[in-house]
Amino acid sequence: MSSGHSETINVTLKVWRQEGPNENGGFEVHQQTISTDASFLEMLDQLNEQLNEVGTEPLAFESDCREGICGTCGVMINGRAHGPQTATATCQLHMREFHDGDEIVVEPFRAAGFPVIRDLAVDRSPLDRIIESGGYISVNTGAASDANLTPVPKAAADMAFDAAACIGCGACVAACPNSAAQLFTSAKIGHLGLLPQGQAERWSRTENMVETMEEFFGSCTNHGECSAACPKEISLDFIAFMNRDYVKAKIKNRALAGQH
Amino acid sequence: MNEMNASMPETPTTAGPTLDGRVPDGDIATKWENHKFSMKLVNPNNKRKFEVIVVGTGLAGASAAASLGELGYRVKAFTYHDSPRRAHSIAAQGGINGAKNYTNDGDSVHRLFYDTVKGGDYRSREANVHRLAEVSVNIIDQATAQGVPFARDYGGLLDNRSFGGAQVSRTFYARGQTGQQLLVGAYSALMRQVGAGSVELHTRSEMLKVVVKDGRACGIIVRDLLSGEVTSHSAHAVVLATGGYGNVYFLSTNAMMCNVTAAWRAHREGAFFANPCFTQIHPTCIPVSDDFQSKLTLMSESLRNDGRIWVPEGFDDNRSAAEIPEAERDYYLERKYPAFGNLVPRDVASRNAKTVCDESRGVGPLKNGVYLDFAAAIARDGAEAISAKYGNLFDMYQRITGENPYEQPMRIYPAIHYTMGGLWVDYNLMTTIPSLYAIGEANFSDHGANRLGASALMQGLADGYFVLPYTIGDNLADMLGQQAVPTDDPVFTNAVADVQNEQQRWLSINGTHSVDYYHRELGRIVWDYIGMARSKVGLEKALSEIPTLREEFQTNVRVLGSAKTLNQSLEKAGRVADFFELAELMARDALEREESAGGHFREEHQTDDGEAQRDDENFSHVAAWEWNGVGTAQTRHREELTFENVALSQRSYK
Amino acid sequence: MAQTTDQRYRVTPVRPQSRQYPFPLNLYQSAVGRKWVMAITGIGLIGFVLVHMVGNLHVYEGPAGMHKYAESLRTLGNGLIPKGAVLWLLRVGLLGMFVLHLHSAITLSRMSGNASENAGRISGAKKYEGGRDHVAATFASRTMRWTGPIIALFLFYHLADLTWGWWLGDAFVPGDPYHNVSTSLGNLPVAVLYVVANVALAWHIFHGAWSMFQSLGVNNPRYNQLRRGLATFLAGLILVGNLSFPILTQAGLINEDKRYCPIGEIEGNACLAEQALDH
Repeated sequence: MSSGHSETINVTLKVWRQEGPNENGGFEVHQQTISTDASFLEMLDQLNEQLNEVGTEPLAFESDCREGICGTCGVMINGRAHGPQTATATCQLHMREFHDGDEIVVEPFRAAGFPVIRDLAVDRSPLDRIIESGGYISVNTGAASDANLTPVPKAAADMAFDAAACIGCGACVAACPNSAAQLFTSAKIGHLGLLPQGQAERWSRTENMVETMEEFFGSCTNHGECSAACPKEISLDFIAFMNRDYVKAKIKNRALAGQH
Repeated sequence: MNEMNASMPETPTTAGPTLDGRVPDGDIATKWENHKFSMKLVNPNNKRKFEVIVVGTGLAGASAAASLGELGYRVKAFTYHDSPRRAHSIAAQGGINGAKNYTNDGDSVHRLFYDTVKGGDYRSREANVHRLAEVSVNIIDQATAQGVPFARDYGGLLDNRSFGGAQVSRTFYARGQTGQQLLVGAYSALMRQVGAGSVELHTRSEMLKVVVKDGRACGIIVRDLLSGEVTSHSAHAVVLATGGYGNVYFLSTNAMMCNVTAAWRAHREGAFFANPCFTQIHPTCIPVSDDFQSKLTLMSESLRNDGRIWVPEGFDDNRSAAEIPEAERDYYLERKYPAFGNLVPRDVASRNAKTVCDESRGVGPLKNGVYLDFAAAIARDGAEAISAKYGNLFDMYQRITGENPYEQPMRIYPAIHYTMGGLWVDYNLMTTIPSLYAIGEANFSDHGANRLGASALMQGLADGYFVLPYTIGDNLADMLGQQAVPTDDPVFTNAVADVQNEQQRWLSINGTHSVDYYHRELGRIVWDYIGMARSKVGLEKALSEIPTLREEFQTNVRVLGSAKTLNQSLEKAGRVADFFELAELMARDALEREESAGGHFREEHQTDDGEAQRDDENFSHVAAWEWNGVGTAQTRHREELTFENVALSQRSYK
Repeated sequence: MAQTTDQRYRVTPVRPQSRQYPFPLNLYQSAVGRKWVMAITGIGLIGFVLVHMVGNLHVYEGPAGMHKYAESLRTLGNGLIPKGAVLWLLRVGLLGMFVLHLHSAITLSRMSGNASENAGRISGAKKYEGGRDHVAATFASRTMRWTGPIIALFLFYHLADLTWGWWLGDAFVPGDPYHNVSTSLGNLPVAVLYVVANVALAWHIFHGAWSMFQSLGVNNPRYNQLRRGLATFLAGLILVGNLSFPILTQAGLINEDKRYCPIGEIEGNACLAEQALDH
């Protein structure tokens, strides 16, 4: 048959279990037999079915769209955020990336800014705090002018899109040895800062977002782990863009120096 | 219709009084304008005296909450997600329609209106659709101003493409992630209001009850998904923006958490549920691969522009695609519909795929798909050209299936991905419970029996940005000076107790099967009998099987853990319970609707060519169901639909 | 009475925002600003290391060349300001940069530590109990916190060795760098120490010189790919230059036997004249 690659493999799962935010956690070992056509999360679904059957509380893990776009899912798989496949969120990872007999270590995304809620579920709300502090263009409903009034150079629009592709999963923070959220923050700053619509608030936005980010997360040392883990492969270039804009925001005479 | 009832004596359906959509009089083109003028206003200083609850923070909810906050209302927004940015609006790929006529190809508000009514197979309310077309242009402006990176041409102006069979290019898009970009725009507008303090955001909070006092919605009961705490929230108006119910099928393109609970609980409090049998199937999804399949993934419909759909001519053919010679392949769409070929509308393509699979001509290890073959296109245009067009989709397909679509044909199969039915609302988007509103996919209003491509995003944002913020004032203006019902009122405390008891009941059953097990079983019934093609026999079967399974679910489900922590099984238990009740209503609605229209295909009602056959004389109406208590048949109300501006016609794609 | 669960501030900040100092101190308050300072001081320090290395190549000209170079440093800006003033200014500037570089490194690394610590209640400072698989981070980037202190400690040793003459004792001749270098590096363990420290320095620069572009926001797709090349070139150049001193000393190329002037005599410029005659 055409899809003859499908097979069944046995893997040893070492999953992190933790009752609550203030409890100590540890690894639990489970054997799983699974088709290579299954997704990684479907394997966890199967594990939960088995746990439920034997009367053990199922493993808590988050996922929603399972199409790699909502950013709800995300765990560390064998020491990598979202697992071994590049440009792939956990929900899009399939078991054919693994081999019979593999040991798979599954841990939550960790950072002080991402407290564990239970098992593999973590609280990523600080990312919302960053957006709340400036990740928007202030335009009330109804206040917009015609969409084609301001042309946007295609190159800038495309670049802005590359940044806007961020799904807010937090893999960048999880992968960063410093637990820094630079890639997430800079993606939003880059997205809005590259568009003409975003100019009016460019400097205050950058200042506010960076300072909120620093309340929760670590400092960037340019390892590049974030970008490598990013399911949308957002470029480190945006971090440079943000750094430059931040220092400019501090130095510029915003009243007289114009917007650029 | 009444013959049906005769065959189901245990649950007779009584026809209720006719519903009034409260559509303003006057010419279709000026209705909305006039209505805006005639509605009562709330003075800007008085707006802060009103509290509004918005449940759900997808496109409709986030845009509504943000807009209401900007206006000065005190808004509380609730989402069961960890962040408003997760809502499933994010997964929409194709685009959003807007009657801008930037392409100078003859588009207009009227044409978008016309296409939408016709595409909905004449089962939507003309006035609502016209308003939708009118505000579609404002949505594009608003989204662009928010920084939504729509595709642009080399001059820096917005690019358009044609979509979903439209004859004009009016679809704005942001690569294949238009939904994501629009949602992030609405989310950022919402977060701006959260930062400004005008919207109080409650994440990881699931609404489990609408509270009604003296016939008016006055608040909601919410469970904190992390601590299990059940709290009351009161307001002058409650807006439900809680999406569709496609997950009643278990396997759908909806997100894992999408559910009908908020809408259904409102229905149980007295809000009518309209046209539940109108569900939409998307023809190009990746087929189920194993028993643990958790959801289906949609592949853009654009693939049908270059792919050829076929199955083997013989039955139970176990050869691989490459081994089947050209002469033994059946390009069934090209054969049956020479004019449209592989580009027939969604429902036609879907039904035909089902037919060939039911004939044991399906392909793939589970025989549950049809081939979508790019070999001819690659031979014609070269692999590079095909990759430029569909590279992302091919990669996604390969990631999920492990098969290389450049070398072997894709396998596709239809799946549920949108529900046109939902809470009945009037022209002001208010449900049959005063002060309770439903917007976005949660209501039934704009798509009739079939939604056109790139219209879901449009409708969600139209409701949230440009309709509800106006119409809600008309209702609130009358309540000036009234305090919201205090949350220590017995209606709230009793409701809290109900919700807590419900949680405890699930935990105390301690049966044998998981919630997912029952959800999967329910989905199988709904898909088999209320899926792509429905028949009287099948629907009656569904009506006998669903209650039996529900009974087993209620007594034999196993939900472990406690109600005081994050407990995902417990959350799902309540949602699946609501799906059970909904499924039954869907079957009943489908049974009563003795015609085929859009997504609702009754095998008994088809033309000689096997096309859907509407019955405009008897079914040109909305069926809105009234809850009458557990175990009691619901009352079927009807809202008559009149078509004054679009002539009724029958579709044909030969 | 039900209460509103305001979940907006469920996660407590690791580093709550404090009152903003006046410009330019506020820049140094933020981590991004501090990284900027780190990059600027890094450029200064790399510049110093480069000049220092190039200057030291004079050692291959023999004691007189070396002496001339040392003397020219002391007489920088001569005629305008007193002798040695520029050198002292440079030294103070260098010290300032070094202190800022060090301070920002230590505080930022503590901030990152705080942002990772106790993540999910695992003991110790380890972020992931089950281990990490680094994909993009280079060995150099992950060891900045080790190469940094190695360089700092070595710097102290280096100053004590060749500027203050603590370890050479009586063998240390102030004002005769050729002698001091060849004596110190002639000692095998010392030479090994210099090799190790300079490898650390090159590693540090290999990441730092690339990283500083990011921190400064110097980024342009047109030349981005050159940044890594430049960092590699700089690190390599400094490595080769600096390693040549201990290695060639051990190989006997820098040797007391090769000198034209007797030890110490160079101070009084007595030998310079002689040497000039030789050539």
